[in-house]
Amino acid sequence: MSQAPVLELRGIDKSFGPVQVLHDVAFSVYPGEVTALVGDNGAGKSTLVKCIGGIHPIDSGEYFFEGEKVHVSGPRDAAAMGVEIVYQDLALCDNLDIVQNMFLGRERRSGLVLDEATMEEMAAKTLSGLSVRTVKSLRQHVSSLSGGQRQTVAIAKAVLWNSKVVILDEPTAALGVAQTAQVLELVRRLADNGLAVVLISHNMNDVFAVSDRIAALYLGRMAAQVKTTEVTHSQIVELITAGRSGELGLPTGNGASA
Amino acid sequence: MTTTTGPVRTATAPPISSQVRDYFERVRGGDLGALPAVIGLVVLCVVFASLSPSFLSPINFANLFTQGAGVTVIAMGLVFVLLLGEIDLSAGFASGVCAAVMAVLLTNEGWPWYLSVLAAMLTGVVIGLALGSLVAKLGIPSFVVTLAAFLAFQGVALILLDEGTNISIRDETILAIANGNLSPLLGWLLAVIGVVVYAGLQLIQAHRRAARGLVADSLAVIAVRVGALAVLSGLAVYVLNLERSRNPAIISLTGVPIVVPLIVALLILWTFVLRRTAYGRHVYAVGGNAEAARRAGINVDRIRISAFVICSFMASIGGIVAASRANSVDPNTGGSTVLLFAVGAAVIGGTSLFGGKGRVLDAILGGAVVAVVINGMGLMGYSASVKYVVTGAVLLLSAGVDALSRKRASASGRR
Ligand SMILES: Nc1ncnc2c1ncn2[C@@H]1O[C@H](COP(=O)(O)OP(=O)(O)OP(=O)(O)O)[C@@H](O)[C@H]1O
Ligand SMILES: [Mg+2]
Repeated sequence: MSQAPVLELRGIDKSFGPVQVLHDVAFSVYPGEVTALVGDNGAGKSTLVKCIGGIHPIDSGEYFFEGEKVHVSGPRDAAAMGVEIVYQDLALCDNLDIVQNMFLGRERRSGLVLDEATMEEMAAKTLSGLSVRTVKSLRQHVSSLSGGQRQTVAIAKAVLWNSKVVILDEPTAALGVAQTAQVLELVRRLADNGLAVVLISHNMNDVFAVSDRIAALYLGRMAAQVKTTEVTHSQIVELITAGRSGELGLPTGNGASA
Repeated sequence: MTTTTGPVRTATAPPISSQVRDYFERVRGGDLGALPAVIGLVVLCVVFASLSPSFLSPINFANLFTQGAGVTVIAMGLVFVLLLGEIDLSAGFASGVCAAVMAVLLTNEGWPWYLSVLAAMLTGVVIGLALGSLVAKLGIPSFVVTLAAFLAFQGVALILLDEGTNISIRDETILAIANGNLSPLLGWLLAVIGVVVYAGLQLIQAHRRAARGLVADSLAVIAVRVGALAVLSGLAVYVLNLERSRNPAIISLTGVPIVVPLIVALLILWTFVLRRTAYGRHVYAVGGNAEAARRAGINVDRIRISAFVICSFMASIGGIVAASRANSVDPNTGGSTVLLFAVGAAVIGGTSLFGGKGRVLDAILGGAVVAVVINGMGLMGYSASVKYVVTGAVLLLSAGVDALSRKRASASGRR
């Protein structure tokens, strides 16, 4: 580990009422790398991401950002630090165009009036910086875009703000083969541009194709966080389904008590 | 702002032919916009003009504006609520209550006109705050909240008017709103200024965009728009400046009715708010996807409440116009068909009942359709009963067009 993590969590606990969803979770995200977050349905991936994004408050544990201990108490705090989340349902407004969606809630103004020209320029620059050439017009309504294009807009929206950490919750779940490849390529490019990227996915091929590190959650516990090059497909599958694989993972008799 | 631009910046403007093609593609995809209202308006005018010669007379043309003004102003406010996918069934009687407040203060209490008008507008704002808070904070469906208010406001109007007396209005200024006319010269002056300013703004914007390498409207497109505005406004001012008194020797009656510049001013104000400010953008966003708006950090509750405030505020102005036209306020002011006509006007003009789609201009186009139907059928001697049936049918038809175009749009991925 040559580089320091940009975002680091230690000992995170999170309960919803009587149900404890996250147990003592540690999680590190590095700049310039894609960290895949994997785990079975209900393992707590989305919950962990929402804790990072300030949507859910954490019960206990420590949150470090660029080495400093921080307290994130809402989505605004996370966005201010440079943490952006692309949710699985994307949260785009169908009746607005691409530029309008990308700047929603953070519109550029000159005085009272919206500065459309500047917003259009910045949007164009961001999209071409991501080498996105598939959208015909920036003034197209989002409703007329394909699933992959919508995903692209949502990702571009997240990187527009000089963000440092971009978290993608199952960005390829609803996409076909070609569009999945496009989005994965985009994810890789984000990391190559120096961003820290977290990718949640159930597809092991995708995970191995783009990620530098893999973090496996098992029943709300972090089973292992390893370099992608040092593990095999089947080891990750074992980590996801049983919480351990060989000497990797949770100690015996621990995971099942959740 | 509806022209197409490319992410790869090209400074060349798209030719008119491609803009026309884009437009037809949008229409075929289910985005009808104002098309049904414009076509309906033309067809109705041709039919009524051929059936009743007096339809095209200058006096009737002027009547159309004063007859339709009150409902149109209320419809302009309703657009904001409809944009959020909500409804305000109480807007009609809210206008009645506000008019009653003004009449009581003006005639019974002897307040000056401007304070009475201010009080009426303030009443509208308070009503909107109350309705909006109930919808946004308590989460009661707007249909129920405003249906309850619909009933309650009738009662409030009765109380204000002492269980049903009719308060007449004698203040010259208030009466002038719906009964006065601009001098012919002032009419021309305003029209010319309007066209010149519009042309100037369009040119400046196109120039600025081109200078930054963004796609701008071509001169030809701007010329067509400005030309259309010049012809339409010139024609309207010309006809309205014709002598329309039955007895010109005794009293001369010419000029643009004062309600026309009033409505144009409101149109410019609210169109600016919706199209050019962050607030307007957020209104569309909440109407399109409230959850996305919330995650983008937009205060959704505040947008909801503000839309109801604008709606009731506009209703108060509509009530003042109606009171001015009737020279009085009674418990029926803002009642009977006012609300349905106002909702109808907005929807006929192309504002969707499903939220997220609509313009303030829609209210004016739809208001014109409603006014023409009522006026034309009146000229042909139909009774109120037939007018109601026809207007109801027109409303249903436009809601049907709205629903169908939405279906079509979602099928073609343009929702
Ligand atoms: N708001 C909530 N209230 C109560 N329980 C919740 C809430 N959100 C999540 N949970 C519970 O937390 C557990 C983890 O859910 P989470 O959505 O984080 O799983 P996940 O790993 O993202 O699964 P998937 O792969 O299906 O998306 C689940 O058992 C879920 O029922
Ligand atoms: Mg999930």
